Amino acid sequence: MEQIPTPQKSGRIKFIFGGLMILAAVVYLIASSTQASAEYFMTVDELKAKGDAVVGRNLRASGAVIGESIKYDPQTLDLEFTVANVPGDNSEIEAMGGLAQVLYEAVNDPNRSRLQVKYNGPMPDLLRGEAQAIMTGHMGEDGIFYADELLLKCPTKYEPALPSQASGD
Amino acid sequence: MFADLGFGLLVLTFLTASYSIAAAILGYSKKDFRWVESARKASILLFPLVTLTILVLLYLLGTNHFEVKYVYSVTSLSMPMYLKLTALWGGQSGSLLFWAWLLSIFSSAVMLRKWDRDREFLPWVIVVTSVTMFFFLTLTIFFENPFIRWWQTASGEVAAMFAPSQAMLITPADGTGLNPLLRHPGMIIHPPMLYLGFVAFIIPFAFAVAALITGRTDDRWIRITRRWTIWAWLFLSLGLVLGARWAYDVLGWGGYWGWDPVEIAAFMPWLTGTAFLHSVMIQEKRGMLKQWNMVLIIVTYDLVIFGTFLTRSGVLSSVHAFAQSAIGPMFFTFIGLTLAASVGLLLHRWNDLKSETPMTSMLSREALFLLNNLLFMGVLIVSFWGVIFPLISELATGQKVTVGPPFYERATAPLFAALMALMAIAPLAAWGHSTIKTLGKAIWKPGLVSLITPVTLFFLGIHNFAALIGFTLVALVICVTLYEIWRGARLRSKKQNENIFVSVWQLINRNRRRYGGYIIHISMVLMAIGILGIEIFQTQTQGTLPVGSSMTLENYKVTFDSVAQFDTAGGRNVTRAEMSIYKDGKFVGQVFPRRDYYYESQQPMTIPGLRSTMLDDVYVILVDWQPISQIGATIKLYHNPLVNWLWVGSILIIFGTVVAAWPDKDPAAIRSTAKLVNATGAAD
Repeated sequence: MEQIPTPQKSGRIKFIFGGLMILAAVVYLIASSTQASAEYFMTVDELKAKGDAVVGRNLRASGAVIGESIKYDPQTLDLEFTVANVPGDNSEIEAMGGLAQVLYEAVNDPNRSRLQVKYNGPMPDLLRGEAQAIMTGHMGEDGIFYADELLLKCPTKYEPALPSQASGD
Repeated sequence: MFADLGFGLLVLTFLTASYSIAAAILGYSKKDFRWVESARKASILLFPLVTLTILVLLYLLGTNHFEVKYVYSVTSLSMPMYLKLTALWGGQSGSLLFWAWLLSIFSSAVMLRKWDRDREFLPWVIVVTSVTMFFFLTLTIFFENPFIRWWQTASGEVAAMFAPSQAMLITPADGTGLNPLLRHPGMIIHPPMLYLGFVAFIIPFAFAVAALITGRTDDRWIRITRRWTIWAWLFLSLGLVLGARWAYDVLGWGGYWGWDPVEIAAFMPWLTGTAFLHSVMIQEKRGMLKQWNMVLIIVTYDLVIFGTFLTRSGVLSSVHAFAQSAIGPMFFTFIGLTLAASVGLLLHRWNDLKSETPMTSMLSREALFLLNNLLFMGVLIVSFWGVIFPLISELATGQKVTVGPPFYERATAPLFAALMALMAIAPLAAWGHSTIKTLGKAIWKPGLVSLITPVTLFFLGIHNFAALIGFTLVALVICVTLYEIWRGARLRSKKQNENIFVSVWQLINRNRRRYGGYIIHISMVLMAIGILGIEIFQTQTQGTLPVGSSMTLENYKVTFDSVAQFDTAGGRNVTRAEMSIYKDGKFVGQVFPRRDYYYESQQPMTIPGLRSTMLDDVYVILVDWQPISQIGATIKLYHNPLVNWLWVGSILIIFGTVVAAWPDKDPAAIRSTAKLVNATGAAD
């Protein structure tokens, strides 16, 4: 009832205050959630360079899978492989001749920095040499990347006018 | 030959759209309605023209014309006819044409309405729809032409519309075929639904712009477009749900929604559209929030264009890839121009759009609706932040950072909870003025009843705080809504002295928009049951099993019976396992998880075996299979409680929308039509 003298003005202040409260709540939600769940994109080179500084952070790293390094135990679902450094930026990959080319070069260049990856789970179909692995997880103090999630990208090459292969299995 | 015809039609459509824009503007500036009428006719003509173009493309798709690059890239000989035809929206250029076709349906339909009372709107509705059409036709003609063909020249193969000099047409023996992931019923109807939702929002936007330009800023534009908006909202909602169902059935990760940028792009116009749907009611009833409604519809329009771009541009993985698509800069230019023009118009009319009455009570219905809008905007900001955060972070610190589903879940959950609380409270608040006391009086009975839910759940052993809050809110919304309907019906039944069921029917029938809205609220909280169930209580396990052995998860046991591998028509190699499911030791059924390998595209596809009840889903994925070794199959097993409520709730949305959008007729009119029907029936 104290609003009677200037109902409109005090009403407006009330609403502005309420609006600001909601805005503050949204900002708080965004800020705290960002902090709690931010994932840092790193290349193999960057991970190697930062060393212990990144242990414990949520990380996302990508690399070219080295075919002969893949080890998989179907009984325990323990999967291990090594990836070679590829650039993190898509435009850089395009400039270097496309994903397929970049992956091929990365795998066949012994001087690239490499990273060992461990994962527990079914081996994804697309995991093979010269695929791009995108791993989410964290670095262990032993220098191994422990992945919680594993995504694979294979550069698809459609050859025009090539008869489709129909050999069994 | 047919490709030339299709392209010719496309150009003709383009010219017609250009003409309708020019004639509408000319008619408006010369105040000569004959020009506007001519523009209207041209605009109606767009529908048959695009339809013919689509038919030509469908013919090419259906008859394996692989010399056409689009046909080559989305179909193959082994695909069944229905997939060849629906490949119309399986690729980028086809989808853009399909989008234009849907727009032509809506714009022609709106041109055929009675315009007597709203003639001043007409030229600008034509301009907005035709400019949007013009933009999509420009894209299909100059950048993403679905009719370009393969040619053999001296220097190699090229794709072009017309023969380069001394070039020969190449007809590949077979096409590359549609991505196997898209060969699913959900994927066949999901894009059209989403697009229908997208496109239908163009119509309210067109009227909003017309209102801004003509200065007729009362609520007329809102009343005309009310039903369009409701239908647009329904299609968009169904499009989102179908996409979720497709992900659940086909992607094989046990989930339905992953918060990736493409999903968010389709979700953002839904958020603004839902907010708009609510806030227009405040303008109709109270003459408030006029500026805000304009802001919402403008943002929705540009989010629709942005969503179309993102969902079909093929740049999924990274925000950095946007500009690399040929049509990316075109989309951003168009969005920038339309946004600038609309905001300019809005500022020009800003003072005409002031509220007629000030808002005073914090608990009035209009204030709670405003709060609902702010919460939707909160979810929008969270979603938008998640998409642009990597860009901002990289610009600011040089470090690439991204946020995943946990970010969205954490940040939106309290906002969604608040929205559910509002669904329970707002329908009880009075327009103009409410107090804690009046609200409390209205809510205490259903509120008390709904408290049974958390108490029961607690004693059943569910102590998860978020789940208890969520299910309590679900119960509260259902109790309040049903109580509201029952109270209204009982009052009516006493007053009119009629049967209570008749009263319920009459109550809903007399105020369909309101009760249709209530039905949609109930379907939303039913969906929330499913979401709470799978998000909070999903469990999983995995392992490798020899034939005959089993795996347990919760109170289920899954036994691996057998596996078979065979080739099927359509160029697939199928590995299909048979598994028996036992619940508490009792056999309840078999499931058949599968892996299909497509020879053409060398792509595997994992189809889960699903045993689904209203209580829970057992979701079995055949991850791997070694035919020779003794080890057997690798299985991933998910237990997804309550997820079926998500799909059931979404079906109820359709019913609620039909109730809300059913054409109103006053009883007298209904009676006279009935007579008319009788009379004509008799004459026949």
